[in-house]
Parts: sequence; structure tokens; C-alpha cells
Amino acid sequence: MKKTMLLLATSALVVTPLLASAETLRWARAGDSLTLDPHAQNEGPTHALAHQIYEPLILRDMFGQFQPALATEWAPKADDPNVWVFKLREGVTYHDGAAFTAEDVVFSFERAKSETSAMKELLTSITEIRAVDDFTVEFVTDGPNPILPNNFTNLFIMDKDWTEANGVTKVQDIANGETTFAATNANGTGAYTLTSREPDVRTVITMNENYWGKDEFPMAVTEVIYTPIQNAATRVAALLSGEVDFIQDVPVQDLGRVAEADGLEVRTAPQNRVIFFGMNSGADDIDSDNVDGANPLSDVRVRKAMNMAINRDAIQQVVMRGQSAPAGMIAPPFVNGWTAEMDGMSSTDIDAAKALMEEAGYGDGFSITLDCPNDRYINDEAICQAAVGMFGQIGITVNLDAKPKAQHFPLIQNGETNFYMLGWGVPTYDSEYIFNFLVHTRGGDRGSWNNTGFTNADVDTKIVSLASETDLAARNSTIADIWSVVQEEQLYLPVHHQVLNWGAKSNVVYPNVSPEDDPKFKYFEMN
Amino acid sequence: MLGYVIRRVFQSIVVLLIVGLVAFSMFRFVGDPIDNLLGQERTLEDIERLRTQLGLDEPFLVQYWNFLERAVQGDLGISYRQSRPVAEILLERAPATLELAAVSGLFAIVFGIILGIFTAIRRDGWASSVIMTVSLIGVSLPTFLIGILLIYVFAVELGWLPSFGRGEVVDLGGWTTGFLTASGLKALILPAITLGLYQMTLIMRLVRSEMLEVLRQDYIRFARARGLRDKAVNFRHALKNTLVPVITVTGLQLGSIIAFAIITETVFQWPGVGLLFINAIQFVDIPVMAAYLMLISVLFVGINLVVDLLYFAIDPRLRDERSAAGGN
Repeated sequence: MKKTMLLLATSALVVTPLLASAETLRWARAGDSLTLDPHAQNEGPTHALAHQIYEPLILRDMFGQFQPALATEWAPKADDPNVWVFKLREGVTYHDGAAFTAEDVVFSFERAKSETSAMKELLTSITEIRAVDDFTVEFVTDGPNPILPNNFTNLFIMDKDWTEANGVTKVQDIANGETTFAATNANGTGAYTLTSREPDVRTVITMNENYWGKDEFPMAVTEVIYTPIQNAATRVAALLSGEVDFIQDVPVQDLGRVAEADGLEVRTAPQNRVIFFGMNSGADDIDSDNVDGANPLSDVRVRKAMNMAINRDAIQQVVMRGQSAPAGMIAPPFVNGWTAEMDGMSSTDIDAAKALMEEAGYGDGFSITLDCPNDRYINDEAICQAAVGMFGQIGITVNLDAKPKAQHFPLIQNGETNFYMLGWGVPTYDSEYIFNFLVHTRGGDRGSWNNTGFTNADVDTKIVSLASETDLAARNSTIADIWSVVQEEQLYLPVHHQVLNWGAKSNVVYPNVSPEDDPKFKYFEMN
Repeated sequence: MLGYVIRRVFQSIVVLLIVGLVAFSMFRFVGDPIDNLLGQERTLEDIERLRTQLGLDEPFLVQYWNFLERAVQGDLGISYRQSRPVAEILLERAPATLELAAVSGLFAIVFGIILGIFTAIRRDGWASSVIMTVSLIGVSLPTFLIGILLIYVFAVELGWLPSFGRGEVVDLGGWTTGFLTASGLKALILPAITLGLYQMTLIMRLVRSEMLEVLRQDYIRFARARGLRDKAVNFRHALKNTLVPVITVTGLQLGSIIAFAIITETVFQWPGVGLLFINAIQFVDIPVMAAYLMLISVLFVGINLVVDLLYFAIDPRLRDERSAAGGN
């Protein structure tokens, strides 16, 4: 605390006079980063702050496209498909002046693979990381892994010597009551250096004058003051009153007001997150319905009927005030394997749905409980309420049980719900990620979010094969095959793709609302 | 005397232990912290490993015992959410809440007493009627709505005062204060009014009714009959006798100002312990929730203990009854 204030005071004295055209951007969003240790949490706001200070080998720019960061080139090794070779950027230094080399990459990836790291699941296929020379690193995988680089975009590189000097070679282990230097201090290669930080209150980062990409990027913002403002109304008020320049998470009901205000602009873009309902179709009988000795959800006709009952356009217009894109599949549009055809497949047809229910023997309907979070997704509870009425039209009486996320997700985790809402983002931008978690039979490393009880040995084999298929065309056709099963079985009931809203003063110019909801300030311009 | 004090202290400790017990039995209903601690890619083994390591698979009585065992050694654990020692976080956050509570308490007392006296003396005037009507709004509107209204008027429309945060703070050896900077003082105004409004109306109505009661007493009539000036009658004789119950209530309200700052802190993004507690609930940050609840109950039990002991010191009858009973 004392240190923070001291730092704050000195930086105010030293830095300000040096910068001729100091442009400060005051940034607010709902949540704060949880830790500065870049491998201790795999979570949005934490990565968003880390991206300003630390850098990965490859990053996604604000359009979601791959861009070289600390690596300049990457490709599978010509004679060995199990090895990826990364050429590193030369002449990069950390904020403390130390030079960036291959040794740091090897160290950082090993750190991220360690037991207490939150990032290790993204790196399970890596068996060895070796530095060939100072600026070449090879990643050896347990089989060919064509999409390995997709997993690297949030894997930040730390300086090996810095971590050794400060005793933070290991990722912080909360379970053992550890608190470490790296959780409150940072030394990266990124465009901004950490000036001061009070968790949940205020974090100040200042432009890194020695950044390697200083001439490559706009780098117009010289200082960013980040204050989390939890209450949505207060956050909007702070933007309207001019106390902050840029906010994320503009609530849908306030979009109009912000957009109409003088000198403010709202920009929206589809987020990398799809919202859907899951159903327990695998069980012989479920206890949250009123049907004895049978599980109506196990009948694909019932699932199809439920899918037809959802009026996605009404949800988009009424519940989301236009701020969503109706979905027909559970993959966001950026993801490899997504097709416009499948995404547009779901249409409302109450008569056909009723006929299907009749055919399945549930012409009189049944009742079932729907579990829904109320503080996780945009208007989550309201979507569920709307859906209750829609399912009612085909005779399904839905009892809504909405709870905070901390109580909702354990239900899915422990298989205690038969009908539930879930949202899914795909950080790798590839369908394999969705299949691994949501389609593969539950057990071991896979299927940990598959609460549908769905199991299909053939599909499982295909999913596993994706990890090592190097022929991209063949791989894509396998992905399409799996999707057709998922769609055919109506494994999930897609609702919509979430839309992100950023509000800012008109002089703050940025290329795009990034699908990951993480502004990268080196791309920002101030007019 | 000593026996009474020891007995009261002992009772207070029992109350604290029961509060802790109830708190720990409730935590499981708040949710499961594991999901927040691990990312979306977590495997079932990760979940089991972390649950065992954090002792979340133990019955709540065992968890409570472990907490107590560490707490008596001064170790409140590590926050799941911030990964820092809970004691450190609480100390860092306490000044914000205490300063806010002090300012809103002062606001409530000063304005409550002044307006209470005014409405009692001029009880038929139009100004009194206006104040009484407006005060009804203060009692009946929920805190968050008052906060949002104030933000809308004074921050968004007029642009006079900040809508969130504490402004600039000065660090005085571990205690951060907003009293020494202009922006810090400005930032205090809206949250202090929001938090103190209910207490202010309460004190005002209490002072008014007590004062009306006292003004009807014979000695006031005699004072008036003797030809004393209104000022002397109202302030020297009536007000003094009005304040006894007011002081008792105010003392007890101080605890609730600190404890119920949660909503005000959330609306104004005030970085105090209330906001910390809200975040802890959302994240199921058990060490922070446990420490906060224990701290608040220590506060309440402490205030009550002091009040009880003060009664004991003030009221000789209590002493006599005790000693008489002890004589049997």
C-alpha cells in the first residue's frame, strides 16, 4: 500500500513533465484483474490487463486476427510434424531493461505447464520445450498438433532472471495460502509498464518508451488509469459525466442514452460467446420432471420440438433490445467449423413442434425445472423467463430456478441439473475446443462441461483424432461430420451470440470492439 | 462489578462463536468457489485436487474449527479472489469505510438534531410540514435509489461532484485518508448523504417527538411563566433533557452505519470493506466473508458490551440488585 502510494507520488512527479503530449485514458469496466501473475488465472479481465504489460508469442489483434508479438515467424518443422518452431523477435527488452531471449520462453511455458498454473490445460499436448539458439524455440508435442499456436495467445512471457530474483519461479498457489511478489508486481515486455496498483480500486499503467513496436503501433495513449466500477448505472454515469473516457460492459438498456449523449459513442460487435440450453438426454429417468420412469429429454423429437419453440427473434428484440445475434449452433461465428447455414438453421414453428411432441407421446406436455444463472451472462435470467413462456406454448411447463453463478455452475459440474443455461467462449477459435468440453463423453481430460449425458464412441474417436490430424482439409471435414451429429441429435438448444458494447468519448478511436472483450491500448488513437 | 464484567465478556464471546458457526453453516449455500478459481478448461481432477487442498470437502464444523484455530493466531487466511492475506486487505479497506461512516454519522447527528428542534418548536409552520414530508421520502426510498438519484443530479446533470470512488487519497502511515485533498472531500459528499440520510431522518423524528414531549412538561411551563426567554427555555432546559435517549440510539446506529455501508459502497464504487464483502460473496471468497462477518459481529458485540457497562456505571440500581442477589 505504502509502496503503491509512493510509486504513485514519484511517478506523478517524474513522468508527467517528461511527456510533452501526455494523453491519459481513464478506463472502467465491471471487474478488476484478479492477479498480476500471468499464469495464475485464466479469466477475461485478468488477461485484458496482462495484455498491456506482458506479451505472448502471438496475439490476437482487436479483430481477432493472429499477429506476431514476441515471435516473428512460426511453422511446423519441415521434417517432423510433432515439432513447432518459433522464431523470436530480437532486440526486445523487459521493463527493467533485461534482454528477452529463448531461455525466457522455455521458462515461461514450463511455468505455465506446472501443477498450480491455470493455463496448463491449454498446453497438455506439449512434451518438451527447447531453446535451439537465443532466438529459436521448438515445441515438441505428443503427436502432430496443427492448432498449437491457437493456444498461445494468452500465454505471457516472463523474464526468467526476474522471477528467480524475486522468488516467483512457481505460480502462486492459493490453496497453500501463498501470496507472491508476481501477484502484485509485473515486469513484462509489453507496451505499458505498471505504475501503481490497488486491487479493485485503481491501476495505473504508463507507456513503455522502449517498446519494440513503438513505431509500428499508434501508441497514442501515454497513460491508462483503470478503475473497476461494478454497478452498471454508476459506470454509465461516470462516462456521461466525463469522469472516465472509455467503458466496457454498457448495459443494453443504457445504450441509447450513451449513444445520444454529446461527444460519446457506442460501438458494438459480436462477442466470442454463444448462449444456449443444455439438456440431460443420456439418463433413463430424471427427477426434475413430472414423468415417471422415462426421460422426455432422451427423445430427439422432444429436443427438436423444444428447439422449434424458441422464438429467437423475439428474445433478440424484446429481451436483448437488438443486442444479440440469433444462433443455430453453439459456435461463435469466428470459430473454425462455424457455417452460416447451420447457424441459420433454427426457426420457430409452434405447429410442427406440437406435432413432434404428439408423435413422441408427449402431446399433453410435461413439466421440468430449468436452472439458470442470474449474474453471469447479459440478461441471463430474462432470457430464461422468456423461454419459459415459449416452451409453455408446446405444453412444456417449465419451472424456472435462477441463481447466482456461484451456485449455478456447480450444478452443471456435479451433474445435478437436467435442463440448464450455459454460455461458451472459444479462446482457440477452433471447434475442437467446443467438442472437447461439450460433446465428448464425460471423463478424464475431456467432456468436463458435457452434462448432457451424451456419449457416442464414434464421435469421441473423431474428436480425439482432431488433435493430431495435420491435413487441414481432412480435419475440417471431420469437424463438419461431428457438427452434423451435434445438430442432428439436437444436443443443445442454441439461443444467441452475445454482443459486446463499448462506450467511449468520441476522441477515443480504436480499430474494433475485440471479440474477446479485451481492449489492447497500443492500438488506440486519441484525436 | 468485576464478576459482572467477566460474565458479560464471556457472554459476548459465546455470541461471537455462534455467529461464526451460523456463518460457516451458510457458506455452502452461497456457492462453490472452485468454479471461480479454475478457468473454463479445468478438468475434473483439478476440481477434486483444489477442493481437497482448500479443505472444502470437510464438514463445515471442521472448516470452522480450522478457521478459528488460525484466527486466534492472527491468521485470517488468504483471499481466494485477490490471493493476498485477508488481514492485509481488511486493513487497507477499513479507512475508507470508517471515514465514510464518520462523515455520514456526523451529518446525521448535526442535521438530525437541528431539523428535529426546528420542527418541534415551529411545529405548525409550513417549513416544518415540508421537512416532515420530505423526511418520509428519506425513510422510505431504498438507499441504492437515493444514491443513483444523487449521482444523476449532482454528477451527470450538474457535474459538480464525482460519481464514483474516493478521489485522491493521502497515505498517513498505513491509513489512507480522503480528508486532505479537495477531490477526496468532494468524493465524500454524495456517499455520506446517501448513507446518512436514513439515520438523519431517524434522529430528526426522535428529537422532534422527545422535544414535543418535554415541552409539555410542567417545569417548561413554569419556566415560560417565569418569563424566561424562548431561547433559554428551548435550548437550555428542553433540549438537554431530550438528548439522553438520542445519544443511546445514535450510539447503536453507529454500528449499523458501518455494517450497512455495503449498498452505498456498491453504488459509489467506494473502496471500503462493504464493497469487498459484496465481491467476496459473488466470488464465494470464504476467507474474506468469514473475516468480515466476524469483524462486524465483534463491532456490534463490542458496542453492546460498552453500552451495558456504561449502564452499569450510570445506574446504581443495577449494582444494588446484583449485590442483593449475590447475598442470597
